[in-house]
Amino acid sequence: MIQETEIIKDTTHLGDEGELVVNMGPQHPATHGVLHLVVTLNGETIKKIEPHLGYIHRSIEKMCESLTYRQFIYVTSRMDYLSSHINNLGCALLIEKGMQIEVPERAKYVRVILSELTRIASHELWLGAMAMDLGAFTPFFYAFREREMITDIMEDTCGARLTMNYIVPGGLMYDIHPDFQKKVKAFITQFKSKVTEYEDLVTNNVIFQSRTKGVGILSAEDAISYGCTGPVARASGVSCDIRKLFPYEVYDKVEFDEVIETAGDSFARYMVRVKEMNQSIRIIEQLIDNIPEGDFVGKTKNVLKLPKGEFYTRVETARGELGVYIVSEGGTTPHRIKFRSPGFSNLSALNHMAAGSKIGDLMATMGTLDLVIPDIDR
Amino acid sequence: MTNEAIKEFITATLPSASFDETGEWLNIQIEPTQLLTLAKALREGETNMNYLFCLTCVDWKTHLTMVYHFSSTQHRNSIVVKANLDRNQPSIETLSFIWRTAEFHEREVFEMFGVQFENHPDLRKLILEDEFKGFPLRKDFEDPINMIKL
Repeated sequence: MIQETEIIKDTTHLGDEGELVVNMGPQHPATHGVLHLVVTLNGETIKKIEPHLGYIHRSIEKMCESLTYRQFIYVTSRMDYLSSHINNLGCALLIEKGMQIEVPERAKYVRVILSELTRIASHELWLGAMAMDLGAFTPFFYAFREREMITDIMEDTCGARLTMNYIVPGGLMYDIHPDFQKKVKAFITQFKSKVTEYEDLVTNNVIFQSRTKGVGILSAEDAISYGCTGPVARASGVSCDIRKLFPYEVYDKVEFDEVIETAGDSFARYMVRVKEMNQSIRIIEQLIDNIPEGDFVGKTKNVLKLPKGEFYTRVETARGELGVYIVSEGGTTPHRIKFRSPGFSNLSALNHMAAGSKIGDLMATMGTLDLVIPDIDR
Repeated sequence: MTNEAIKEFITATLPSASFDETGEWLNIQIEPTQLLTLAKALREGETNMNYLFCLTCVDWKTHLTMVYHFSSTQHRNSIVVKANLDRNQPSIETLSFIWRTAEFHEREVFEMFGVQFENHPDLRKLILEDEFKGFPLRKDFEDPINMIKL
């Protein structure tokens, strides 16, 4: 026993006893969903982070085994709900590849425009939420002002503002809304005039910079080893954009740059996403006036049967590489389906990135990983 | 790297491996005991397979098949490695020391299919609760309360 008046001479072992385990989540404002992190702390320093998942696990892979190839696509919108069009696209591409279905050019153009609009909307939401995690409230309203225009476009054309189901095997569910092109152009004009506000408000903000620069560093080798993809890996200097490496739909016809930063810290991940929004605008601008006339859906059979074998497609969602792996036995339902979700792999690097840093920096590291929990749990 | 070069490289390491080129990518069928030897060679050799992008398991009712999708960020080609496991006592060596992403993916396969990964640093349930019985993604899994059969 140490008396309070006594001077503690040996301070070397204090740290070991002062270890503290904190449960962050499942309900926590900064996890944006039900993610449970068990954080082991030594004072303010993080020693270990253990994610506990499954609070919203819906067993989508098992569910899909009893759904037909037309039905299972709708479930995938509920995985990464901020990239629902791109999830649908990944599944549709797989079925089209497996059954050799011809997709009309018109559908391909609209699919890419919608994918890029989804990407912008997802990054806008991330920007607002992440800035709010770090204590800045205003960017949230700025980001949602632009995002609102995209959700309006989606509402007109796809009939829903979130969890859209519009892309089907063979093309699109129905033709685009007559106002689609007009509204997208209005959005581009609005976005271009307002994107500089983000620079002034967030990028050049001294507090934001000092909270994100040098925080949560991930090296290129580690990013590959942990299977990180998307903006997380590109901020570490890994070239991994599926749209560039394995172009699908009309991505090989449009000009855009793969955004790569080399610092690997939270600020680099922020910069990649902001620059990616501008690249998405560039893609949409090249396509919006050139949507070819014609059918919006190709000829497909009523009952889809994937031939016996294994199929794999990958698409670039807002979070990274989504892989769809289907083992078919030739029937109307898949034998086994696996979704390689980007969030799951990105989360696995969190312990490595945050260990050794202060608990206050965890918000910046986790915020820039852009975790969507239904995507991780599936 | 061409498929021929990869095949040559693998045959030099594992003469008994069999190949299948009917699918999109080169498939390599091996015995579960050979996995670690092949994985180390693929990672360190000229193939430089530094990116494990998908790790999963398929239940064939008679046996389980572990499916590994490897890719190289240098050569940009992908291969698939498969190993059949005994359904009653499935066990295979972990790859989490070679590719760190395998740690989480293997934990998922462990709880969903019941595959034991030897030498895994932290083989616990990740998604399901600790008391959960059975392996949900196996074909013979029954749950009369939560499963609706179509």
